[in-house]
Amino acid sequence: MNSRSLQTTIIFLVVGGILILALGGFFGPVSQRLDLSLIQLQTWFASRFQGMQDFFTAPRDIVSLRARNAELEAQVSRLQTQVIELQQRVNETEILAALVDFSRTNPESSYKAAAVIGRDPSPFLHYIIINRGSNDDIRRGMPVVTNQGLVGRVDAVIADAARVQLITDPASAVNVYLQNADTNAVLLGSVTGDISLDMISQNAVVKPSDLILTSGLGGGYPPDLIVGQVVTLRALEFELFQQATVQPAVDFSRLDIVLVITNFRPVDIAPLEP
Amino acid sequence: MRNLIAFPVLLLAIILQSSIVSQVKLIAGYADLMLIVLAAWALQEQVKSAWHWAIVACMFTAFVSHMPWWILSPGYLAVVYLAQALRKRVWQAPLLAMFSVTFAGTLIAHLISFVALRLSGAPLPFSDVAGLITLPSLLLNMLFAIPTYTFIRDLARWVYPLEE
Repeated sequence: MNSRSLQTTIIFLVVGGILILALGGFFGPVSQRLDLSLIQLQTWFASRFQGMQDFFTAPRDIVSLRARNAELEAQVSRLQTQVIELQQRVNETEILAALVDFSRTNPESSYKAAAVIGRDPSPFLHYIIINRGSNDDIRRGMPVVTNQGLVGRVDAVIADAARVQLITDPASAVNVYLQNADTNAVLLGSVTGDISLDMISQNAVVKPSDLILTSGLGGGYPPDLIVGQVVTLRALEFELFQQATVQPAVDFSRLDIVLVITNFRPVDIAPLEP
Repeated sequence: MRNLIAFPVLLLAIILQSSIVSQVKLIAGYADLMLIVLAAWALQEQVKSAWHWAIVACMFTAFVSHMPWWILSPGYLAVVYLAQALRKRVWQAPLLAMFSVTFAGTLIAHLISFVALRLSGAPLPFSDVAGLITLPSLLLNMLFAIPTYTFIRDLARWVYPLEE
C-alpha cells in the first residue's frame, strides 16, 4: 500500500468515525442538527419511493381490494339477512310464548294457532286471511283470539285457509257484558276500524276504563273473552240507550299469529228470530 | 294461448294485494292493485283480451274478499270500458289516459261498493267513506299507476309483439 492510499484510508476512517460519533449524539447540538437533516432527507426519499411504488402497484391493489370489498359486502348482507331472520324468529317465539301462556290460563278451550297471511282486498271491509282451514278442523263461526283478547270469528273456510271477520268490521256486532256496570251492550265495528258500544241501558253506570267482555248471548261467541275498555261515554237523556267509544284490547294493525277456538260451535238462532 | 297469461299475472296481483298492498294504508284506504292492472292492460293498444282479464280479476278478488262478485264486477268492467274508450281518444298521452282511468275507475268502484254495502245494511257514513277511504285510496292508486303501467306495457309488448 503506497502512502497516497494509506492517506485516503485514514481520511475515510476519520470522517466515518466523526460521522458515527455525530450520529450517535456525541457532538451535542451539532450532531442533532445532522441527525435531523439526514432524517429529513431519508423521509423525503422514502416518501418519493413510496409514491412511485404506489403509482406502479396501486392498480393491482385496487382490483384486489375491490374484490375483497365486494366479498365482505356480500358477507355483511348475508349476515344482515340472518340477523333479520333470527329477529323474526325471536318475535314469533315471543308471540307464540304469549299465546301458549294464554291457552294454559284458559284450559277450558282448545286452540289452533294460525298465521295471518293476508287482508281483505277491499278497504270497506275488515277481514283477515289465516293459514288454517278445514284440513285443520277449522269451521265457520269459530271465534278467533289472541292472548290480548277477541279478534273476530271465522267467516269462510277452504282446505288450507280461512277468512276471519274482525270485530272492527262495519257489519260486525258482538254481544258484550260490562263487568263493573253489570249490564249488557252491543259492540259495533265501523268503516274506520274503530269500535263502539251501543244499546247500553240508561240506568247503567258506566265509567271510562270499565272492562268489556263477551256475554255469550246469541250464541255467536263464548262468554268472558276480553274485548277492550270503555274510553268515553255518551249519555243523552232523550235517547233510549247510552253509547261509548272503546279501546280494543287487541292491536289490529299488528296481527301476526292468532288462535282459533276449535271446541266452540256457534248457535244459529236465526230460525228463532221473529 | 297467449291470453292464459292473465291467470298468473292476476293471481300474482291478488296475492300482492292481499299480503302487501292491503297493509300499506293511508288513513283507512289502500290501493286496488287489481283495478290498476286492469286499467293498464286495457289501455295497451295491441291487447284484445281486456274483458276476459276483468272477469278473471273479479273471480280472483271475489274468492279472496268478502265482497261479493256482483259488487266487484261493475267496477272492474267499467274500468275496462273507460280504458278502451280513452285509448282511442288520448292514445298519444298514455300516462294521462292511465291517470284518468285510474281516477274515474276508483271513484266508480268505490261508489258501487258504498251503495251496495249501504243497501245491505252496513252502517257507512258517506263523509267517513269519502274522506277516510276513497280519497286516500285514490291517491295511492295514482301513486301505484305509473310503475304498474310501465310493467304492464312491457308485459303486453312481450305477449303481443308489435308488428313493424
